[in-house]
Amino acid sequence: MQVSALEGGFSDAPVQAARAFRAAMSAMARPGTIETVTDATPPAPLSVAAGVLALTLLDPETPVYLAGALDCPQVREWITFHTGAPIAGRSTCAFALGRWADLVPLPGYRIGTSSYPDRSATLIAEVDLLEPSGTTLSGPGIMGVSVLSLPETETIQANHAQFPLGVDFFLTCGDRLAGLPRSTKVEAL
Amino acid sequence: MSDYNFAYLDEQTKRMIRRAILKGLAVPGYQVPFASREMPMPYGWGTGGVQVSAAVLVPEDVMKVIDQGADDTTNAVSIRKFFEKTAGVATTEHTRDADVIQTRHRIPEEPLREDQILVYQVPIPEPLRFLEPRETETRKMHALEEYGLMHVKLYEDISRHGAISTAYAYPVKVEGRYVMDPSPIPKFDNPKLEMAAVQLFGAGREQRIYALPPYTQVVSLDFEDFPFEASKADHACDLCGCNTSYLDEVIMDDAGGRMFVCSDTDFCRERRAAGHVGAQGAPYEEDAA
Repeated sequence: MQVSALEGGFSDAPVQAARAFRAAMSAMARPGTIETVTDATPPAPLSVAAGVLALTLLDPETPVYLAGALDCPQVREWITFHTGAPIAGRSTCAFALGRWADLVPLPGYRIGTSSYPDRSATLIAEVDLLEPSGTTLSGPGIMGVSVLSLPETETIQANHAQFPLGVDFFLTCGDRLAGLPRSTKVEAL
Repeated sequence: MSDYNFAYLDEQTKRMIRRAILKGLAVPGYQVPFASREMPMPYGWGTGGVQVSAAVLVPEDVMKVIDQGADDTTNAVSIRKFFEKTAGVATTEHTRDADVIQTRHRIPEEPLREDQILVYQVPIPEPLRFLEPRETETRKMHALEEYGLMHVKLYEDISRHGAISTAYAYPVKVEGRYVMDPSPIPKFDNPKLEMAAVQLFGAGREQRIYALPPYTQVVSLDFEDFPFEASKADHACDLCGCNTSYLDEVIMDDAGGRMFVCSDTDFCRERRAAGHVGAQGAPYEEDAA
């Protein structure tokens, strides 16, 4: 194990995780808003926002799938040391981390069951662009409509069509994150 | 500084609750099972709300706790002290100054803002429980969107009493999908469920968390010919004279004497401080209590 895997976590976990969760919750409750997080320095290519979400939400009870370039020794060791989350495949994971292009297509992830729609994966997708412009969003958490730059719309529309089943997304870019629950309706401009 | 971990719960418990909150927000109105912990207070005293509050609080928060609208009842005072001690957060009785408001059975009169969070203490989260006691069956009914039984119950209210007599915990449908128990708030408060703040519901004994993101569509169940009506005592507050707030009836003596007062104590005090005086009220004095 590299010594660097031991660094970059929360220095005061109870308080920093609480602040990070408040940002994550606000983002998930209000699709289209972008929150900024700090307090962690994960190894490249993991972004700060994705690293903070991992530290806040992952633990030994949540299998995590690392997709594409994120499935590298530095990230594996960092996630394992700081969260204890077991590395898993896409069909069994509770959380998936990766670039958007490496995470899609969605079939294969757990989408919950009609009795337990909460038993579904949460995808933390790294995107190149995250700003309040582009695609129109509507649904719970949004007064009227909001706009957010999405990597694509068809996949997200298909996910929404399965409601109340489906996966939920966090989009991360640098130290910024946005939430995109399955309840959000997406229409291209 | 206290010797407790921040906000009492251990980190792994908070993570588990936080994940449940996120899934609850993603599927509004659906009850997410969670591994409720023993808290240093009995079930029925708000253990679900306390666990949810502990999972969302940050040190910078100002917290308000109300019990049936009142800031000064035992339950509200003890929960407020609990978080002062274990999370070191500031507390307030003013709705406007609060970031997180934990409530038992009321929504504050003052409209909440986008940056506020309302946490409900929930005794029985399952709206169908008194109609169908088996969890296996109610779970199936939610899965199949089979809510006919609830309408039968409301219909029987009408056939027996001439009106829907359910006055609190009045069932609502969320975004046209899940029927949800809004906790035992008076039906007067139901129209306020569509609000700007995030609403989180915690049921400790029953081990369920559910949520309403801001502006989520929440419709009180009714019939075309018997539309939902948000009712309250037909009276004005005897302390502040308010005609529009939800009222508590207080028995004054053994001879049938009574008065009606705002259930929201902060709202009532603020009105009295602004010079409003009700039929039995005295002019407001700071610290008159």
